[in-house]
Order: sequence, then structure tokens, then C-alpha cells
Amino acid sequence: MGMTMTQKILASHAGLDKVEAGQLISAKLDIVLGNDITTPVAVNEFRKAGFDKVFDKDRVAIVLDHFVPNKDIKAAEQSKTCREFACSHCVSHFYDVGKMGIEHALLPEQGIVTAGDCIIGADSHTCTYGALGAFSTGVGSTDMAAGMATGMAWFKVPSAIKFNLTGKLPSNCSGKDVILTIIGMIGVDGALYKSMEFVGDGAHGLSMDDRLCICNMAIEAGAKNGIFPVDNVTLEYLNGRSERVPVVYEADADAEYEKVIDIDLSGIVPTVACPHLPENTRPASELHHIKVDQVVIGSCTNGRMEDMEAAYNILKGKKVADGIRCIIIPGTMQILRECVERGYYTAFIDAGAVVSTPTCGPCLGGYMGILAAGEKCIATTNRNFVGRMGHVDSEVYLASPHTAAASALTGFITEYKEA
Amino acid sequence: MNTQGKVFKYPDNVDTDVIIPARYLNTPDAKELALHCMEDIDAGFVKKVNCGDVMVAGWNFGCGSSREHAPLVIKTCGTGCVIAKSFARIFYRNAINIGLPILECEEAAEEINANDEVKIDFDTGVITDITTGKSYQAQPFPPFIQNIIKCGGLLKSLKEG
Repeated sequence: MGMTMTQKILASHAGLDKVEAGQLISAKLDIVLGNDITTPVAVNEFRKAGFDKVFDKDRVAIVLDHFVPNKDIKAAEQSKTCREFACSHCVSHFYDVGKMGIEHALLPEQGIVTAGDCIIGADSHTCTYGALGAFSTGVGSTDMAAGMATGMAWFKVPSAIKFNLTGKLPSNCSGKDVILTIIGMIGVDGALYKSMEFVGDGAHGLSMDDRLCICNMAIEAGAKNGIFPVDNVTLEYLNGRSERVPVVYEADADAEYEKVIDIDLSGIVPTVACPHLPENTRPASELHHIKVDQVVIGSCTNGRMEDMEAAYNILKGKKVADGIRCIIIPGTMQILRECVERGYYTAFIDAGAVVSTPTCGPCLGGYMGILAAGEKCIATTNRNFVGRMGHVDSEVYLASPHTAAASALTGFITEYKEA
Repeated sequence: MNTQGKVFKYPDNVDTDVIIPARYLNTPDAKELALHCMEDIDAGFVKKVNCGDVMVAGWNFGCGSSREHAPLVIKTCGTGCVIAKSFARIFYRNAINIGLPILECEEAAEEINANDEVKIDFDTGVITDITTGKSYQAQPFPPFIQNIIKCGGLLKSLKEG
């Protein structure tokens, strides 16, 4: 029996010819990532265990993105801990205010992660980089500390579900509608401990931003990782960007999958996940009665250039409905700059939206858009758990940038229809 | 090694945002964080819990964020063990890495009631509901993971290994 794409990457990083699902392995890491919330805990563990240097200063990435520019004194102390650690260990991929971006938008953009990599990050959405054809998964702070010290991590080799994508997405849908549809289909633990491998002609037709969005939310189905095969779209994206030479792995023709699920992308409709689980999905067209108070367009799921472009195309020359707060958060400084250069920034302001510097901010109820009791928000973020964006009695509806922007104009959940 | 205490029962898909809301994550201090453990799902938990008490939950316990703060606050509150039908994978890993005992046992998670008195023997994986008199056998950890727990966490196991 052959290996899946994920299993091949893991075998290679464990120095083995072959691995199989369920096997415990120790694998070499290409990148170890942490942010301003998880790194301070890792630094503490690292020191407590008596380690005094990182395994490779070029293979550790520390990104301040959750609560920066610092939201309060305690957050400032956490950033300071990260900054001092990065400085004392000469960590080359340290991103502070002015250079930072939301980690999962930033690392691919800067070419720090690439095809064939084995990556851990102390952030659950580290699974994003599977879009580049890498094995990438979220871990906790202790694993991050161990990874920084040794350059290794233990894994249980996952089995996989194959998603065979065919057809082409309708123009008012994006990767977000695909992954929400899938989570609605298999549930929030539908891929627990497993890989989600996205293949087929439909997969090759998806843009890199769509792929990054789809892999980003693999964790919302409980998956260990999501992964796309490397194709021309990948190589074009990595060309001139990737710091290291990409390595291409392909699943064996006789690889074993627990399940194969066929999805026709042309049948996808604008989809919304209702409170309080990402699996509570409904077509946006059935939710026109839901009045929202706030719209958030951004996050590691949907803060990329195509997301900004979708918002711009819908909001330009229009006005955000009265009483709606529309918050737009470009994922990185490069994306923010491009929004300025392309005139999106002005168009957003003219529409009555507010534009923030990159931050995770409201997605996890940190700051920059916290909800009061009884308020509802439609957001392009990734989680709609109880209290996720503020008060325990507030509600978050997850949607694509198209649907979020269209809803900002009406004040009710609204799918975008091309004029 | 064992624990004995009262049961706090929770549903499926308890996420890390309700275990420890992100609004408190501006500190890495476990004791300060633990004051808010389970606040958004069970506001009185921190006042009610006693050392050795046991959480019993449904499927996919600990889903969502990778924050290690989640198992850490559960442990810091004095919880002796979490029994669930299944755990989200990052939570599972984190619990082992920081030394919070967790057991997967569908039958026990289904049948044990809130406020029951429960005793758990970690060496054998036997869960006894003292209130009902019924016993359950949980899945034992693979030896690799037992070694991490025996050493007192991942980093100590690396130092010793």
C-alpha cells in the first residue's frame, strides 16, 4: 500500500522509507513558529528546562500578531518577552510592529515556508501552509519550546480523507465557501487526527489565496493538516519568494484513504456558519432575516489580497448601511500597502468602513471590534464559538469576504450577486 | 497514581475559548488565568471545583485554538482528570505535554452523571463511579506517551532522553 502526500513528507523528515497511519515518529522540522500569546509560555518552558540556545536561528519564526500594536500593559509585557527572546537568540524571522502581519498570511508571503516543508506552529491555524504542499500543523507552547530546542517533533502518522474537487467556483464564491461547505458536511470533528488532502481538476483551478483559506480551516474540522498537491499555481507563487528550494511530494497512486469525498465546485453556494460552531452551515440566501451590528473582513483566513479585492469590488462607490460597523483588516503590511496603492483604502473609507493595521484582534475577541451582549457580527474569521468575539451573549456568523461585504451594505446577511 | 473527586459534566465540542477566553490571554501566569477557567460555559466552576475533581465530557473536547493555557488552567484549578468520548488533537497533545491526565472512554463519558463521585487509577486505566458502583476501562496510553508522562512532561523527557 502506498503513502498519502502527508505521509511521504513525514517519512522523509523522519528519515524513513515508509510510514503508515498510526505509527509514532520523530521528524525533523523546517520551521518552528510562535506568536505573542503562545511564545511567552514557550519561552518560560524553554528556560525552565535549561535550554540555552535554539536549534537554528533561521528556522524559528516569532510573529507578534494577536494583540499588537499592544492592546494593554500585560500584552505589552508579553510582546517584550518575545522581543527579548528573539533578540538574545538572534532569531532571524522575528516580526514586530511595522514589519509584522498575521502570521499565516505573513509566512507564505515572505517565502519563509515552502513546498515539502515539515512545520509546527504554536497556533492552531498553522495548518494553512498545506496550501503550498507542506506538512504543517498546530501545536502547543511546550511543543514549540521542544521544537526550538531540538528541531524535532513527535507525530502520530495520520490517515487521510481525500477531497476530490471538480468544476469551477461560481464568481460570488471563494475558498471560504468551499471549506465551510465541507465542515458543514463532515462536522467539527469529521477529520479528527486526520489529513485532509484536496485533489482533482477543481483543486488545480483554485487560486493560492483560496487554497490558503481552505487549508487554514482544516483545523475547524478537527484535522491534523490540510494539503494541496504542488502544481503550476504553487510553483508560480513560490518562484522568487521561497527562501529555500521547494521539494515536491506526490501521493502514491495506491495510497490508502479512509474516505473519498467528491465535491463539485460549480455547485457551491455562498455559505454562512451560524453560531456557535463552524459546522452549523446554511446557504446565505436562507439568512436574509439576520440583522448584523458589525462586519469584520480580515484574519488569517481571509485577510489576503484577493479578499481585499472582493471587498473593494463590492464596497466601492457604495455606503455601509447605517448603524453597521465595518472593520477591514489587511493581513500584512505588504497587503495594507497594496490596498493603499490600488486605491482600496480610500474606497473603504469613503464607503464608511474602518481600516486597521494587521492584527488578529477581533477574531479571538482580543480587541479592535469586541461585541456587546446581544450583538451579531458577520465575519470572514474562522471560529464562531460562544464568546469568541466578545460578550458570551454575542453571536458570530462566519462567511466569505463577498458575503461579508454585501452584508455590510444591507445590514442583513446578504449573498453577493453580480450586477 | 490515581485521583478521586466529584464530576463536572460538559457537552460535546467544548472549545478552548470557553475553557479560557482569549480576552484573558494577555498573561502567561497560570494562577491568574485559572481564575477564569470555564467562565463562559460554567461561570461557577472555579469556586466549586476541589482538588482531584473530574471533568467528564462528550466528543471533541478542547477543540479550537492551540492555546496550552487551556489544559494548564484545568490542571491549575486542581482538576485531577478529564474523561471524554474524544479529544481535539492539539488539546490531547498539550495535556500530555504539561502533565494533565486525560482519558478517552466513550461509555464512561456517556454514563457518568454530574456530581457523581469518581475514582480513577491511571496505571490500569480503570474508572470507577463510586456513586453508581460501575467500573469502566479506558484506553491506555501507548508506551511512548507513557514515558513522557512518567518523566513529568515533554521537555523533561527530552532532557532525560
